[in-house]
Amino acid sequence: MAFKHKHLISIKTLSVSDILTILETADSFLDISAREVKKVPILRGKTIINLFFEPSTRTRSSFELAAKRLSADISNFSKQTSSALKGETLKDTVLNLEAMKTDALIIRHSCAGAPHFISTFCQSHVINAGDGAHEHPTQALLDAFTIRQVKKKFENLKVVIVGDIIHSRVARSNIILLNKLGAHITLVGPPALLPREFADFGVAIENNLDRALEGADAIMMLRIQLERQQGNFFPSLREYRNLYSLSPARFRRAKRNAIIMHPGPINRGIEISADLADSVKSVILRQVENGVAVRMAVLYLLLGGKESETAD
Amino acid sequence: MKLLIKNGRVIDPSAGIDETLDILIDRKKIVDMKPRLNANDAHIIDASRLVVAPGFIDMHVHLRDPGQEDKETIKTGSKAAARGGFTSIACMPNTSPVNDNRGITEYIITEAKRNADVNVFPIASITRGSEGKELTDMADLVDAGVVAFSDDGRSIQNNLVMRRALEYSRQLDALIIDHCEDRSLADDGVMHEGYHSYSLGLKGIPSCAEEIMVARDVILAEKTGARIHLAHLSTSGSVALLRLARNKKIQVSAEATPHHLLLTDAAVESYDTNLKVNPPLRSRPDTESLIKAVKDGLIDVFATDHAPHTADEKAVEFDQAPFGINGLETAVSLILDRLVQKNIIPIQRCVEMFSTNPARLLKLKDKGQIRVGGDADLTILNLHKDVVVDKNTFESKSRNTPFQGWKLRGLPVMTIVGGKIVHST
Repeated sequence: MAFKHKHLISIKTLSVSDILTILETADSFLDISAREVKKVPILRGKTIINLFFEPSTRTRSSFELAAKRLSADISNFSKQTSSALKGETLKDTVLNLEAMKTDALIIRHSCAGAPHFISTFCQSHVINAGDGAHEHPTQALLDAFTIRQVKKKFENLKVVIVGDIIHSRVARSNIILLNKLGAHITLVGPPALLPREFADFGVAIENNLDRALEGADAIMMLRIQLERQQGNFFPSLREYRNLYSLSPARFRRAKRNAIIMHPGPINRGIEISADLADSVKSVILRQVENGVAVRMAVLYLLLGGKESETAD
Repeated sequence: MKLLIKNGRVIDPSAGIDETLDILIDRKKIVDMKPRLNANDAHIIDASRLVVAPGFIDMHVHLRDPGQEDKETIKTGSKAAARGGFTSIACMPNTSPVNDNRGITEYIITEAKRNADVNVFPIASITRGSEGKELTDMADLVDAGVVAFSDDGRSIQNNLVMRRALEYSRQLDALIIDHCEDRSLADDGVMHEGYHSYSLGLKGIPSCAEEIMVARDVILAEKTGARIHLAHLSTSGSVALLRLARNKKIQVSAEATPHHLLLTDAAVESYDTNLKVNPPLRSRPDTESLIKAVKDGLIDVFATDHAPHTADEKAVEFDQAPFGINGLETAVSLILDRLVQKNIIPIQRCVEMFSTNPARLLKLKDKGQIRVGGDADLTILNLHKDVVVDKNTFESKSRNTPFQGWKLRGLPVMTIVGGKIVHST
C-alpha cells in the first residue's frame, strides 16, 4: 500500500487512490472498536499530541480514542490551560512540545493555515483537525466513508450541502473530496454565506433549498453559528429557519433513500428539525462512529505504515 | 571633490534628454554636462553602457523611526534606499508616536541629516494621531519641512473630515495622499476576496473596499480642487475611476507598487506571510489593468510602500502577521526586468515614474531632473546585468520580501546623493 504523505493538512494534496486507501484502511479498523478489548498494538511507543486551540468535543475525543485504540500515547493540550494564554507564539509552543519527542501533532486552530505553518518548521507529522474556515480533512474523509457505507459508490451521487458555506471548513474539505470521487455537489445558502465565487470549485450554487433538494442522494446540513445574525449575513434566525431549515416536508423532495448528514454540533430546530435529526434517514451518529475508524486509518497510514504491521 | 561621469546614456524625461553625455559634479552640484568633458582633478566614473538618470525618489516608505526601531531606522532605511537606487525617500507618518506635529518632523529631519545616506522627506499625518478626526496644523508642518500629508494605513473614514482636509490643503498647495480603504467593507480581511481567499479559508478584503474610497476621493478632489494622490492602487475598478477622473481633468495622481503589478492572490496559496500586504495582492485581471495604466501614463509613480517587519513578527499564523512588504532593495530591478526588459514600458517612462513624477508631485526643488546648477542626485543603472534577490544581503533591518530568489535583469549600480557616492556595486 502506497501512502506517501508526511502530513494530512488538506484534501487538495490527496489523490483518489490516497483517499480510497484511507477509506479501505478505515474499513479494516472498523471492527476493532466493536471488540471487547478495543486495542491493537500498531502504534505502540508513538507519542501524539492533541493540540487544540479551539473547543471541540467530537474531533478531539475521536482522535484521542483512535490513537489509544492503536496503542499510541496521546497527550491533550488545550489553549485554556497552556502558555498560549501567556502570549507564547504558536511556533514556540510547537517547538517546545516537539522537544519532548513527539511523533505527531494533531492541530485544531482558529486561524486558517496554522497546520501548514507549523509543518514548515516541525519534524513531527502534522494532522489538521480543523483550521479556521480552511479545511477539516478527517471530517470529509469520515463523511465520504459514511456515504460509501450506505450508497456503495460516489459517481453521480447528488450531494447537497446546506448553510454557512463561507465559514465552513467542513464544506470546503467535502467539496474538494467528493468532487475528486465523482459526486455532483450543490451548495445552498443565503447569498452572503455562499459567495458566487464558490462556483469556481466546480459545484452548483443554489439559494433555494427546495429546488436544490430535488433528487438529492445525501444532504449535509451545516451548523449555523448564532453570531452570524449579528454580521447581517441573514436578517434573523426565524427567517433563516423558514428558508434553510431541513423539515420533513422539504426532505420529501430528495430521493426516497436519501441520507441526512451533519458534522455536529447541531442546533436542533434551527438548521434541522429535531425529528429528522433523530430519524432513520439520519446517519449523524454513524458519522461519529466512523470518525474513530477513519482517524485510526489516518494515524496508521502516516505514522505506522513503514513498519508493515497489519491491521489485524 | 569632483566626479566626472563619462559616456553614460543620460536620460532626463523632464528635459527630453536621452543622449550620451558626460556629467561633471563639483561638491553637491552638477557643474557641467556635455559630450566629452575633461577634468584633470576629477574622480572618473565610467558609465559606458549604463543609464544615468536623475535620482530615483520613493514617495512611499515606512522608516519606523521613531518608535519601532527593531524593524527599521532612519539610518538603515536610508542605506536600503541607497542600495536600491533611491536618492530621496518620503517617509510615512505612522510611526510611534505619529508624525502629526513639528517636533516629530524636526526629529526626522535632524536624524536624517546626521545619519541618512539619502534625502529623507517627512510626510505628516492629515489628522492628529491619524485618528481621522481633527486636522493637524498643516501650515506649521509644511513650514517645518513636510512634503505631503497622509493617514496612510488608516484612511480617513469620515467624508466630511476628508473634505475639510482637502479644502485646507488647497491654500498650501499640499499633496494629500490617501490609502484608499473603507474599513467597514475591508472588515478585518487579510487577503484579496475571491476564489483564493475562499479556497484558503482566509477572510477577504473585497476590491470595492478600495474602489469606494477612490470614488469618494475623486469626487472630493473635483469638489475642492485640492491635489490628491492615490497610494498603491490595486484594482481594475480603481484604474477605471482614475481614468474617469483624468478625462474630467480632475487633479488626481496615483502610484503603483512593484508587488501589486507583479504578484497575484494566487501566490498566497502558500500561506507565506511575506505576501500579506494591504491593499492585498489582487487577481490577474487587476494586475493586467494596473500594468496597462502604467503603460498608458495613467499611473504616475512607482512607489514601494516599503514596510519592514521583523522575521519574528512574520513567523506567525497568516491572520496574525502584520501587513507589509520590504520594497526598497528590490523595486528598481523588478520594474527593469518585468516591465522594461519585456518592452512593456520604455526606460524613459521608467525614469519618469521613479524620478520626474514623484519630484513634481512632492514639489521637490531641484530633484527629478539633471541640469547644470542642479543637485547632483543621480541613479546609475545597468540594464544588462543579472541579479538574484537575496534578502540576506539587504541593508534594511528587515527581510520580509516575497521576491527571494527571483532572477532579474537590470539593477542600480551606483547611487549618488548630493555629489557623494552612497552606493556602488
